Amino acid sequence: MKKSVNPKRLFAIVLSLVMIAGLFAGCSDKGESAGSAARGSSASGSAAGDAAAGEARPDTIEITNVSYDPTRELYAEYNEVFAAHWLEETGQTVVVTQSHGGSGGQARAVIEGNEADVVTLALEGDVDAIRKEGLIDEGWLSELPNDSSPYTSTIVFLVRADNPKGLQDWDDLVKPGVEVITPDPKTSGGAKWNFLAAWAFSDQNYGGDEEKNTQFVKDLYANVTVLDSGARGSTTTFVENGQGDVLLAWENEAFLAIEEHPGEFEIVTPSLSILAQPSVAVVDENARKHGTEEVSEAYLEFLYTDEAQRIEGKYYYRPSNQEILEEFSDVFNLEIKLVNITDDFGGWDAANEKFFNDGAIFDQIYAREA
Amino acid sequence: MPKRAMGTNTGRSIRRRRNQVIPGFGLSMGVTIFMLSLIVLIPLASVFVVLSGATPQEIWKAITDPQTVSTYKVSFACAGIASVVNVVFGILLAWIITRYKFPLRRVLDGLIELPFALPTAVAGISLTTLYSDKGWIGGFFAKFGVMISYTTIGITIAMIFIGIPFVVRSIQPVLEKLDPQYDEAASVLGASKARIFFKIIFPEITPAALTGFGLAFARAIGEYGSVVFIAGNIPWKTQITPLIIKSKLEQFNYTAATSIALVMIIFAFCVLFGINTLQARINRIAQG
Repeated sequence: MKKSVNPKRLFAIVLSLVMIAGLFAGCSDKGESAGSAARGSSASGSAAGDAAAGEARPDTIEITNVSYDPTRELYAEYNEVFAAHWLEETGQTVVVTQSHGGSGGQARAVIEGNEADVVTLALEGDVDAIRKEGLIDEGWLSELPNDSSPYTSTIVFLVRADNPKGLQDWDDLVKPGVEVITPDPKTSGGAKWNFLAAWAFSDQNYGGDEEKNTQFVKDLYANVTVLDSGARGSTTTFVENGQGDVLLAWENEAFLAIEEHPGEFEIVTPSLSILAQPSVAVVDENARKHGTEEVSEAYLEFLYTDEAQRIEGKYYYRPSNQEILEEFSDVFNLEIKLVNITDDFGGWDAANEKFFNDGAIFDQIYAREA
Repeated sequence: MPKRAMGTNTGRSIRRRRNQVIPGFGLSMGVTIFMLSLIVLIPLASVFVVLSGATPQEIWKAITDPQTVSTYKVSFACAGIASVVNVVFGILLAWIITRYKFPLRRVLDGLIELPFALPTAVAGISLTTLYSDKGWIGGFFAKFGVMISYTTIGITIAMIFIGIPFVVRSIQPVLEKLDPQYDEAASVLGASKARIFFKIIFPEITPAALTGFGLAFARAIGEYGSVVFIAGNIPWKTQITPLIIKSKLEQFNYTAATSIALVMIIFAFCVLFGINTLQARINRIAQG
């Protein structure tokens, strides 16, 4: 009987030894990987040297594009077109890995170690947060044309078919009994545009009186029945769950909703809205580390070519190239008056400070009446 | 022959208990502590590290902000109600699965874990759709003027959904081990059905039910993915604490986010610790 026990004991001892060995290996791994990283960097150093000497590029190169939710379809097509262009230009195959999510969360992911080569996010502020951590070089905003935003969008109203409540402009939304769906600007970066557009409307129509503006947005948000945490959540609430009379939406999201549910919704363009400028930038620190600076820069520059601008228009982003934008004049309402964050709100830092930080105007309009 | 076999079996099991399968207390404890630190303790400790750079006033301001306090109320009240419902419903469910044989029993048994397997966002979105006033179930209640999605009722339902497996899986093994002969004997002796339940079955499953309650509660207050869709997130009314944490993160305000997280960790720990103490006391009573 003792013999029958022994193999099991032996097994147990071996198992625990293996585990211990594994632990030590795990520890020593760190040392080793640090060593190999050092080796890797010296290798990439020599690769850089080769590139400088005009030697051939590696056959394939990989870059990661960290983006936000609604650009999924756009970049799926764009990446193919860019890869074809890059292959023709350099003979190198480029593989682009996409990542999508809420814009602010994506920015934090990059800060916390997601090795993105380029970011294409919804807000300048999100890209700038990465810059503040030293991953993006100073002055990124002027590195590419139009404040580094190759395509733009705006905020429109998505209403139910035939617009039963007759909503035409922002002042219709504050009327009693109108139910508004919009995400929370405190959790959704994109929702800040919605708030600012409403503010700008009030500012231009009621004589620039801060108190009146505050009252206007307060009345507007009093009509908000569901304040989702993100833009996609709001779209689901309005489109799938049938809540509310009007959804404040990005123009491209509104078009997609209409495309998926033909005949159920209409887009109403208000008299005034805001120019939403999604920002793109190379994450210089990562690109340098990966040796992908050249292709990353080319990737973003290519977004401004006529071919890419037409793809952006096809996915309902407004191309920044005015001539190509005109080609889409039957799709977009080009009459709409657009304010913009830099000229009308003094940039994102000022806007955040005034409206969205803790205790600022957005919190005040929700403050409990004592 | 069977007798002898049984005899040797018990003999072997005793010897094996004395002669532990996993060698060395020191060794196994070492491995345990190492893994625990790596996966649980160090990440939890990082909360304190982040907070070490903040002044107590900052932390206090973040956790006592009136709007944040209103989210504690929503989170803890809904989680409390959801866990109570889960215990009642979970006992019933565990009872049916262990005591009755019916077609598709195994399927039902398997379905219980589904809330664990389902991505929380999927659960949240489908619950919201079902319970909104345009949905199947919500539409029915809307006729009576009861709104479920986008109210605290909706939050509670989502929390019930994610918590139910904890309660069922805690109680089930106890019920399985509980010999039906006990309640048969009691019934032969003339005890009423209610009396059998409260005097025989209930005391047996109470510790397990408490465990289930604690786990379901802790999960419910921390749950973000499924609750956030059904909540509606209106300040002062239907905002949950994890949403406030998210909104602080969105402003890159790590101190405030971590301070509030700390409140939740402490609260969850207190609840679980309290339940463990209560259980220990019950066990002591049960064992005389």
